[in-house]
Amino acid sequence: MTAYGKPVPAPDADSAPYWQGCREHRLLIQKCGACGAVRFPPASLCPDCGSAAHDWIAASGRGRVYSWIVVTYPVPKDIYAGDVPYVVALVELDEGVRLPTNIVECDPHDLMADMPVEVVFDDVDDTLTLPKFRPLPD
Amino acid sequence: MWRLRDKYAIAGVGYTAFSARSSVTVRDLALEACGGAMADAGLMPADIDGVVSFHFNDSVPAMAVATGLGLPGARYAIDYQAGGNAANLIVQTAAMAIEAGLATNILCYRAMNGRSGFRLGGGRELAAHGVTQYTAPYGWISYPQAMAMWCRRHMIEYGTTSEQLGAVAVTCRRNAALNDRAMQRQPITLDDHQASRMIVEPFHLLDICLETDGACAVLVTSAERARDLARTPVYIMGAAYGGGPNQGDDLFDAMRWPDHSHNYARYIADDLWASAGIGPDDVDVAEIYDCFTYSVIMQLEGLGFCAPGEGGAFVQAGRIDRDGALPVNTHGGLLSEAYIHGLNHVVEAVEQLRGQAGARQVDGAEIALTTAGAMTCGGAMVLRN
Ligand SMILES: [Zn+2]
Repeated sequence: MTAYGKPVPAPDADSAPYWQGCREHRLLIQKCGACGAVRFPPASLCPDCGSAAHDWIAASGRGRVYSWIVVTYPVPKDIYAGDVPYVVALVELDEGVRLPTNIVECDPHDLMADMPVEVVFDDVDDTLTLPKFRPLPD
Repeated sequence: MWRLRDKYAIAGVGYTAFSARSSVTVRDLALEACGGAMADAGLMPADIDGVVSFHFNDSVPAMAVATGLGLPGARYAIDYQAGGNAANLIVQTAAMAIEAGLATNILCYRAMNGRSGFRLGGGRELAAHGVTQYTAPYGWISYPQAMAMWCRRHMIEYGTTSEQLGAVAVTCRRNAALNDRAMQRQPITLDDHQASRMIVEPFHLLDICLETDGACAVLVTSAERARDLARTPVYIMGAAYGGGPNQGDDLFDAMRWPDHSHNYARYIADDLWASAGIGPDDVDVAEIYDCFTYSVIMQLEGLGFCAPGEGGAFVQAGRIDRDGALPVNTHGGLLSEAYIHGLNHVVEAVEQLRGQAGARQVDGAEIALTTAGAMTCGGAMVLRN
């Protein structure tokens, strides 16, 4: 952890391109070179067909809210006390994969199922960018 | 499918006091509960040759319990790296090990200082490696936060309401009021549930289980041997363990789970009922894993007590009360008795089937369901007297 104080992702051999893409404000996901299935989270083998062949493709950055929670009691308290209430959502990208994220620029009580959202890149510091999502304007 | 119908039995149960501060080691908790189960069955340390447990947060290894109890012939002593999903599986494992000739009398236990020691509800390590790198950086850390995501999806899909969740909490508390060993016995109303502090929407405080220092144990042996022991045998009629596709990289992760409006229960239901040779309508009492209120609803649906989406209505209007059509969590469950990670549900089922449940006894209970699990994987058993 850095002075930032919150959990910082530790990129590994599978995820390094994903996090590097985030640094460049591109939401990269893997597409299987054999069967064409897209996948998240990053993995060396396709969970559908087992192939190691894959390309990193830039996702559209658009999707819909599949499910969400509103954290009102901070855990751990000392780290998140200043952030509550905040929204964690599973967003289903237009490409078909789901990823956990925060919904920002939105009152937590305005969230709705299937609400259309788009990615917004949060440059936390010089090394970390987190993809978050905000409501798409009507 | 489980092919050991009625061939194995639970011949003894044991437990410690359930508290917020045991002031003893987890090892001592395990020894007390296991010693209790052994004595309940009328067995001696020399008779016990197997010990099985599971650990996820606080625990003590099975080999330490075998050593601590001074079991001279302990051969099969092993732990699963698992959570509540394994609370029925360890009992099944004991029967499997005996069937295979690896042991003859096996103690199954779960022990932890879950409140004064390691608090599972307090979050996980903040290291964001492996699959956690995609969750923890968003402040998605604790188990209530993980499971609230499932509950919300059920609400989206079916219109399940917070009041329906509350019906589960109220029922568990009403049962706990009749249970001397329950940690929370003060009755609550639906209004109390609705007024309790919001922790992580859609969960109020009263949707979330307790944290407990304590232990439970059961003694598993062959049906034949059980009939010669001190207590009325409780037979394992049917059993199942499993889950769906993409169970995740750990118990928290369900990113690739197909549909969060149902859980593991749907995937084990057919095997469970077929192995027992009965159906949901034959169950007299159901001890259903209730780490959160919603998980009871999802398992009732998954196991076929009602159709998908009908679980919210099912738990209302007294149907799951002690004198209702399907008494659920007669001890108060994880929500109001204690959080012994689901093994306390097995102990309660045994006491119900022996007719030893005192004020909370369900008259004429002959067949009990126990379940363990809430998300992508879990197990269940059908027990009979
Ligand atoms: Zn593929």
